[in-house]
Amino acid sequence: MPMTEGDHAIVVRGLRKSYAGTPAVDGIDLEVNRGEVFALLGPNGAGKTTTVEILEGYRQRDAGDVTVLGHDPGRPTPAYKARIGIVLQESSDLADLSVAETVRHFAGYYPSPRDPAEVIEAVGLSEKVNSRCAALSGGQRRRLDVALGIVGRPELLFLDEPTTGFDPQARRQFWELIRSLQQEGTTILLTTHYLEEAEALADRVAVISQGHIVEVGSPETLGGRATGAARVSWLEDGTTRTESTHAPTGVVTALAARFDGEIPELAVSRPTLEDVYLQLIGHDELEGQA
Amino acid sequence: MTSAAVRTRAPGLWRIGRSRVDMEVKALVRDRRSLVFTVLFPLILLIIFGSVFNQNLPGTDVSFSQYFLAGMIASGIFYTSFQNLAIAIPTEREDGTLKRLRGTPMPTASYFIGKAGMVLLSYVLQVILLLVVGVLFFKLTLPDSGLKWFTFLWVSILGLVCCTLLGLAFSVVPKNGRGASAIVSLVVLILQFTSGVFFQFDQLPHWMQQFASLFPLKWLAQGMRSVFLPDSLSSLEITGSWELGRVAIVLVLWTLLALALALRFFKWER
Repeated sequence: MPMTEGDHAIVVRGLRKSYAGTPAVDGIDLEVNRGEVFALLGPNGAGKTTTVEILEGYRQRDAGDVTVLGHDPGRPTPAYKARIGIVLQESSDLADLSVAETVRHFAGYYPSPRDPAEVIEAVGLSEKVNSRCAALSGGQRRRLDVALGIVGRPELLFLDEPTTGFDPQARRQFWELIRSLQQEGTTILLTTHYLEEAEALADRVAVISQGHIVEVGSPETLGGRATGAARVSWLEDGTTRTESTHAPTGVVTALAARFDGEIPELAVSRPTLEDVYLQLIGHDELEGQA
Repeated sequence: MTSAAVRTRAPGLWRIGRSRVDMEVKALVRDRRSLVFTVLFPLILLIIFGSVFNQNLPGTDVSFSQYFLAGMIASGIFYTSFQNLAIAIPTEREDGTLKRLRGTPMPTASYFIGKAGMVLLSYVLQVILLLVVGVLFFKLTLPDSGLKWFTFLWVSILGLVCCTLLGLAFSVVPKNGRGASAIVSLVVLILQFTSGVFFQFDQLPHWMQQFASLFPLKWLAQGMRSVFLPDSLSSLEITGSWELGRVAIVLVLWTLLALALALRFFKWER
């Protein structure tokens, strides 16, 4: 094990940050384990970006204890930045440089970078190595951003809405890339608007609303999802009937007996991550108004 | 150190700085608009003015083109450093370049080394183009003494340092890249009109001469005239002399002011 400061890549206690008196982050506690993919979910303006930018070293916090890879990101030294990788939201820089030039150049900033050609291969830009960055499509451009984020061989990678604007196929390829990075031991902090992305990638998710964490858990168990009521729906007498139940197997067995065989249009569904998420956010906003 | 693994030493700021120069130059020459505006513009102006105003300065056997060449080289210092940076940096702030760089271990100094190197190389290229075209097509003459070349060297270096720092300081004024082009070009144009670049300085209204004397371009142009015009033409200067000592003093004062402003106000984020 190269590191000795425990099992946490990120530890945050009582983090606060206000802009002109308005709290953007209002007392956040957070722990991200080494080697895990951790997703931060929340509506726009919930404090996701502020939190992540404090961890990345872009912003100073007002209060709280923050440790990232054993380092205080309030003092973002080059040595600290060499150990993290950052994929920001979309930008339009580097227009006139080629993919190969750009990745090679950024590799030169780091003490032990990955091989630029391998990085370009890994993000699927091999056919575009000599293209100018300005000529890349939106999805290719994001993959270049990821290439620049990982070329320094980071222990911790920040991904801020990495797949916005991707088509479904590109998104799946991107997910594979993230999984392979995780397999190599990279810790990943992801913010995303896509709940299926969080579900596909994250070991744990935190739902953030109005500057604080509403709940943390695995995508499968968040918000009591695993134990929540299931919905059984079927077609009977020409209309769709639904029943909310904690014992869906029993309901289906009873229906099977009643129909004496195949149940028309039978569907059993658990609450989706999106259902749980919207519920958590909705609750929080109601409480916030009370 | 918490790391037990052997780490390769981090690349030094000069090595990364050299690599930044390389990137800056590539970006400059591949972007036609910036190439024309920063490097080729004085050449285009020399060709136009040299073709239109081909008569001699009144009462002398020196062509206006020769006078104009000195003004264009002085302007070239302004284009390649001040105008170049005061437009490029707000653009980089806007398009995410600076934020991306701030998220990497690139030393801050390497960024400025990159900018300075790019400024120097584009100035050298520009001067070579101006002199070659001037000599070949407009019968312009080069300085005939080592002393004049020495003056050329120190005025160029002092001017580039001064105007590079001014560009860094001024880069906080425009809100975005597009606004930067407009406001910076206007500043440069006003200084050119009042500083004896487009017109003979001694024939400008007194108030305009006094206005221009507050800023570096007037002194850069005067210093370059001392290099490219025969010494007899110092009679056309206001005080009847090239005033090289005063040129140096004004440039040094502006350099110190620009350094203080840049250190105080330069910002990476919007």
